[in-house]
Amino acid sequence: MSVTPISKVVTANDLRSGEVIYLRFPHSWTPELSKASVITDDDLAQAGLAFAKGQANVVVGAYLSDVVAEIDGPKASHFRDTFRSTGPSNYRHGKQEI
Amino acid sequence: MYQYSNFDHEFVAQRVAQFRAQVARRLDGSLSEEEFKPLRLMNGLYLQLHAYMLRVAIPYGTLNGRQMDQLATIAERWDKDYGHFTTRQNIQFNWPKLEDVPDILQALADVEMHAIQTSGNTIRNVTADHFAGAAADEIADPRPIAELIRQWSTDHPEFQFLPRKFKIAVTGSPHDRAVTQAHDIGLRMTLQDGLRGFEVIVGGGLGRTPMIGKTLSPFVPLEDILPYLEAVVSTYNLLGRRDNKYKARIKITTHEHGIDDIKHRVETKFVKIKPLFTGEDMHILKEIERHFEPPNFKPAKPPVEAISTTSQPPAFRAWLDTNITPHKVPGYAIVSVSLKKPGATPGDASAAQMRALADIARDFGHDELRISNEQNVILPHVHRADLPQVYHALRQADLATANIGLISDIIACPGMDYCALATARSIPVAQQIATRFHALKLEHDIGPLKLKISGCVNACGHHHVGHIGILGLEKAGVESYQITLGGDAGEEAEIGTHAGPGFGADQIVPAIERLILGYLHLRANETESFLEAYRRLGLAPFKALLYPQEKKAA
Ligand code: HEM
Ligand code: SF4
Repeated sequence: MSVTPISKVVTANDLRSGEVIYLRFPHSWTPELSKASVITDDDLAQAGLAFAKGQANVVVGAYLSDVVAEIDGPKASHFRDTFRSTGPSNYRHGKQEI
Repeated sequence: MYQYSNFDHEFVAQRVAQFRAQVARRLDGSLSEEEFKPLRLMNGLYLQLHAYMLRVAIPYGTLNGRQMDQLATIAERWDKDYGHFTTRQNIQFNWPKLEDVPDILQALADVEMHAIQTSGNTIRNVTADHFAGAAADEIADPRPIAELIRQWSTDHPEFQFLPRKFKIAVTGSPHDRAVTQAHDIGLRMTLQDGLRGFEVIVGGGLGRTPMIGKTLSPFVPLEDILPYLEAVVSTYNLLGRRDNKYKARIKITTHEHGIDDIKHRVETKFVKIKPLFTGEDMHILKEIERHFEPPNFKPAKPPVEAISTTSQPPAFRAWLDTNITPHKVPGYAIVSVSLKKPGATPGDASAAQMRALADIARDFGHDELRISNEQNVILPHVHRADLPQVYHALRQADLATANIGLISDIIACPGMDYCALATARSIPVAQQIATRFHALKLEHDIGPLKLKISGCVNACGHHHVGHIGILGLEKAGVESYQITLGGDAGEEAEIGTHAGPGFGADQIVPAIERLILGYLHLRANETESFLEAYRRLGLAPFKALLYPQEKKAA
């Protein structure tokens, strides 16, 4: 019996700007969820989270967030994470700024 | 207006320098987030969903043009050209960068403002009526006594470790605009035989377990008020539960012991405490009162009443109808400036609008501004003869929306567009409701209506005391909105009744529309407000409007 693995990304806020960022293996951060590394393996997820927590003067509030892997990149499963990945809905601020 | 003393100046300057060093140590890695977080919270700096947020205190909601200009400067230099005014009479900046915050705090200190948060289980900032010092129905300005209470409670040795935080609100007027029944202690000024005193209300609060405060004493004379408050707080300090954070507020203590038991304990304690107060507090009050002296009002001059005649343009008349409140001085008016243009974010003002408000206050308002707990800005002292010019200037700044107290004057917390604690969004719901009713052209027909929205059970949007309250929650992985009806924040405060199952994000606006259009049919006549109709008819007919399918099924 095959179980669909739960896909995850490591996410946090940038310590300086507060912006939402995602881990891109092995060691970089991207502000775009679509460019984040999607993790399906539990050990790897824990390793990613441990790395993020070790970057205490770069990021803050790291956690694992559930995503659905789609062709154009991962999409957040929970609406809170969707809002984090896009920005506020009342102004085109944050990630929506061009 | 309250002027910083040397002590205040030094204290604030020291705090800025300290925080600058702490930020530097956080950025170079010598402080961890666990160590840094309590330090930044003490300075009003929160980490929200998309960025940091800085919360700046506006004590008693009172500020002058120079301070408003400085808020505009901060918005321009370090944020995204706007600020958000809250129901707590604060302004929040939604996009500051961590390394800029010490400079922002310095800019605030330069105009005698700060972001220092009273934190911990102590007596928090005392709040007062936003029409204080101006309202026609006021007995006296409540801000001096609020400031006296603040000074008494700050560093009070006995009250640094209360069971839970403690909030006090004061009104000087029988018409309660300070929501005194939703505070740990609410004080309402009254007169008895010509003597000033207070009705003392205890045990109100919103949040997770909403409760309306109860009267502990119908009259405590002014000179007894500090010892009486001390008796209340020390009774609570002994009795309040420390085993469960959700049961620790005085509202639960009062609920569990009963108001009569609390009253007995307080009065016994008061007799012991009273002799320790030798009148020094009343001297200090006199001193404080000097800082809240009214401005030099100009004599009433014609054409005082001419401005409200029918010869004026309809838009100006509509604005006079909704946005003006009687002033205690003949010839003057209180102007409420709506930050609720339909479709805009409730409580937001752009930097340009802040500057316009500062200019208008200087030109026509004795340099005074207030922030209301309904997220609007008040010009407390405008000469009636200047109203046309004030209206014109507000219009230039896109601030002339005529909707104070109407359905589009919605209170909404930031919700999940900004707040890290939110369970759903509130701003888009407010925007859609206001836009919808504006398009229906029914606002003025509907009349007085308070609609309040919170994005989680913390109830920052005061939804429990809205005539219509909306609470955003999560249900089965999507946003869901619960409606409460019949709440009231005024002198007859009441917690709204939960109307039934929640509505999805695409269903909440149609539900509110059914409710309001239905009310227009249910009301006895055109002057019966939504709340009055609800009080007369009860929940059932309104529930039937919200859930029409159920009625058919039954
Ligand atoms: C955006 C960041 C905010 C955060 C993180 C936040 C957090 C909280 C929390 C945790 C509480 C409950 C405290 C308790 O009772 O233990 C609370 C209460 C409250 N907040 Fe906020 N809040 C925020 C913004 C606002 C805004 C924008 C407003 C005004 C529109 C506001 C007004 C209030 C009020 C009036 C209460 C007290 C409700 C009561 O009487 O119990 N807050 N807030
Ligand atoms: S009510 Fe909840 S969502 Fe709204 S501001 Fe308060 S804590 Fe945030």
